[in-house]
Amino acid sequence: MAEMFTKGMARNIYYGGGVFFFLLLVGLTFDTLRELPQRDHRENITESVARGKALWEENNCIGCHSLMGEGAYFAPELANVFDRYGQGSEENFHQFMQAWMAMQPMPTEGRRKMPQFHLSQQQVADLTDFLIWTSRVNDNDWPPNREG
Amino acid sequence: MKFESQSVAKPYFIFALALFTGQILFGLIMGLQYIIGDFLFPYLPFNVARMVHTNLLIVWLLFGFMGASYYLVPEEAGVELHSPRLARIMFWVFAAAGVATILGYLLVPYAELARLTHNELLPTMGREFLEQPTITKIGIVVVALAFIYNIGMTVLKGRKTVINMVLITGLIGLAVFFLFSFYNPENLVLDKFFWWWVVHLWVEGVWELILGAILAFVLIKVTGVDREVIEKWLYVIIAMALISGLIGMGHHYYWIGPGEYWLWLGSIFSAIEPIPFFMMVMFAFRMVRQRRHQHGNQIATLWALGTAVMAFLGAGVWGFIHTLAPVNYYTHGSQITAAHGHLAFFGAYAMVVMCIISYAMPIMRGRLQGNSPQAQKLETFAFWAMCISMLGITLALTVAGAWQVALQRLPEVGALSFMNTQDKLIPIFWVRELFGVVFFLGLVAYLASFFVGGVKVADRQQQESTEKAAEAVCCGSCN
Repeated sequence: MAEMFTKGMARNIYYGGGVFFFLLLVGLTFDTLRELPQRDHRENITESVARGKALWEENNCIGCHSLMGEGAYFAPELANVFDRYGQGSEENFHQFMQAWMAMQPMPTEGRRKMPQFHLSQQQVADLTDFLIWTSRVNDNDWPPNREG
Repeated sequence: MKFESQSVAKPYFIFALALFTGQILFGLIMGLQYIIGDFLFPYLPFNVARMVHTNLLIVWLLFGFMGASYYLVPEEAGVELHSPRLARIMFWVFAAAGVATILGYLLVPYAELARLTHNELLPTMGREFLEQPTITKIGIVVVALAFIYNIGMTVLKGRKTVINMVLITGLIGLAVFFLFSFYNPENLVLDKFFWWWVVHLWVEGVWELILGAILAFVLIKVTGVDREVIEKWLYVIIAMALISGLIGMGHHYYWIGPGEYWLWLGSIFSAIEPIPFFMMVMFAFRMVRQRRHQHGNQIATLWALGTAVMAFLGAGVWGFIHTLAPVNYYTHGSQITAAHGHLAFFGAYAMVVMCIISYAMPIMRGRLQGNSPQAQKLETFAFWAMCISMLGITLALTVAGAWQVALQRLPEVGALSFMNTQDKLIPIFWVRELFGVVFFLGLVAYLASFFVGGVKVADRQQQESTEKAAEAVCCGSCN
């Protein structure tokens, strides 16, 4: 680097740039937090949805699945699983989920298997409500198609 | 070794490598589960194996960072470590907590672990990379605080070199941002938003300060280049890392709820993110070219150069290929992400830890100019085996990801389902697994290199350096 460019200048860019962009990040965060209620529809987070999220976490679903594209990539994306299997009806999707969760693990040899989590009917319903709520978050229209 | 207390780094390094070995073994199991879906089911479901794989990675890197700090901070500060005893106690606390947590993952179902550790009191579990029971997270905070106190007091007592200041800033940032792991609201969008304040601000933020500081330290030692020059480079690199990386966090906010301006901010700033890594490559090669002495520990120099190159490829290039929003729309959460994750973590963080280990371990074992040529030869072989096989893993996953996008994401009609797509990718997953086995063999060779004896380079060079002493140029490392 040229002699003109001193260590002091480099240090100032580091401190100045670091502080400036961190403050910008904090500012943008506040702006996003202000905007989020219109995008995440938090008014629809019922107790069932909240319990569903806790179940999602306590069974480490993210260890195989992805949710809004984040998580593991071993099992299907679930942020749009309601769009994929619900046929637009919450009731259909609830029925589907009860049946689906009860039949795990599927006996196909060599296929990736989902463990049997022994959830109660109520728990499956909570999990389902959580996934329905998630599917309605405005996520800039991701994923590109229903396959996730 | 200039100070007795630097040797507390040794158990940290040894334990880090033991955990690293575990990480790779679980990686191989998961690689096989990608091919034979029910391999080891139900004894070791994929989610458990993955949790062990990623958590071991995080913990061994933390052990590596701690070892690196205990080694280099006293030397930079020019004083003994504030409390070697505290460092030794914390080693056992952290090791015990780490082992107990991993055993918890392996021995009881995760839901049971959540119940046993009373996750309901302060729910923090079940989020990617933050799967640790809340009590373990509290333990991590305690260990981090004790560690930062110890390192901080040492820095305060001695010379406040740029390397020490940058390192301690990075370490404090690491501890502060980890606190966001305790925030887990019922609203998934908020949860995800602040989850990235741990994950992104670690790996694309403060960890880069730690990486830069360790790399700069090793380069000063092995090249003898003037400290002023190295410090200037360090400042510029970490400045660019923060300037690009802080708002670059936007590339994680595209599809999880936050508003549309993040598509622009994330794309623009993360397009700049490769620059600091590119500068790191220029920096490392230039310093080695301008070296004032030929250090006997040549493999440490190779690790330093390798870290810069592989970090640039993994974090810089493989980050860039899928970071622009229009591309990421199709690649988000595909095997492309996995490709980037593997090369970036290995190139930037795993390699910098092996770099400081390669430099410091021989010194702590009384080999001031590095291990014997035979040991270095084996370590060089291990270096190339691990680097090349990791590139192989990355390329295989990249092909898998591109194919996955083509089959599952791009078609508007007739897209294949996730599971059917995965079936089509099996031949590529075999290639990945094969490279994984080569990586493991490289790791075995690396570990074996610690046990190779032979004539110490030091004995041979001691004589030479005495002869040269009269005409020697100042190496800069003592001022």
